[in-house]
Amino acid sequence: MPDLQNLSITTESDARGSFCPGPLMELIRLVRAGAVGDVLAVLSRDDGSKRDIPTWVAKAGHEFLGMEPFEDATRFIVRKAK
Amino acid sequence: MSNKVSIVLFSGTVDKLMAGAILATGAAAMGKDVSIFLTMWGVMAFRKDDWKTNARISKDFEDHAPAMMHAMAEKKVPSWLDNLKSAQEIGNVKIVACGMTMDLFELKLGDLEPIVTDVDGVASFWSQVEDGTALFL
Repeated sequence: MPDLQNLSITTESDARGSFCPGPLMELIRLVRAGAVGDVLAVLSRDDGSKRDIPTWVAKAGHEFLGMEPFEDATRFIVRKAK
Repeated sequence: MSNKVSIVLFSGTVDKLMAGAILATGAAAMGKDVSIFLTMWGVMAFRKDDWKTNARISKDFEDHAPAMMHAMAEKKVPSWLDNLKSAQEIGNVKIVACGMTMDLFELKLGDLEPIVTDVDGVASFWSQVEDGTALFL
């Protein structure tokens, strides 16, 4: 796993007010709007995201860089690969 | 493995509409082609603007209806209709209405929310299910 502390995040979206599957939908929007190589992050309080986001990233062919606790939520970090 | 998910939406209660919308969204996110066949109360729930006043929930849990509607409003949970619109933005989600129900209640396609794109027959619906999964809600 890459060192999350030293990653430079291109765009981050705060989806903490959003419910399943909102945070995943937010990530999909970020990935679609971003450029290849962008590092994209979503903040989520939805426990389903911990399974949903890595599963979607693998299926969609992007790179899951990791997740880390952030305040009352989890930050999910993804690199757009194609 | 088939890449198709078909949902028969018979119920028009908010709890089942919500479950159906979220299941459809997840399937669309995972790259599945989703087909939703509305019949009976499912069609009635998609009449234009009906969602704004629909606060019905399943009979067996109807004592929870006010609490559920209150929690959804307070937590700003997107409506089932908004969830379906999001699903259509990220994937292939087709929503059709049962012709028989349309006849029964004298409805035209224009009477329904625009995300419903066609009126279909039950045999035609099953023919497109092929070897995919079909759910009944």
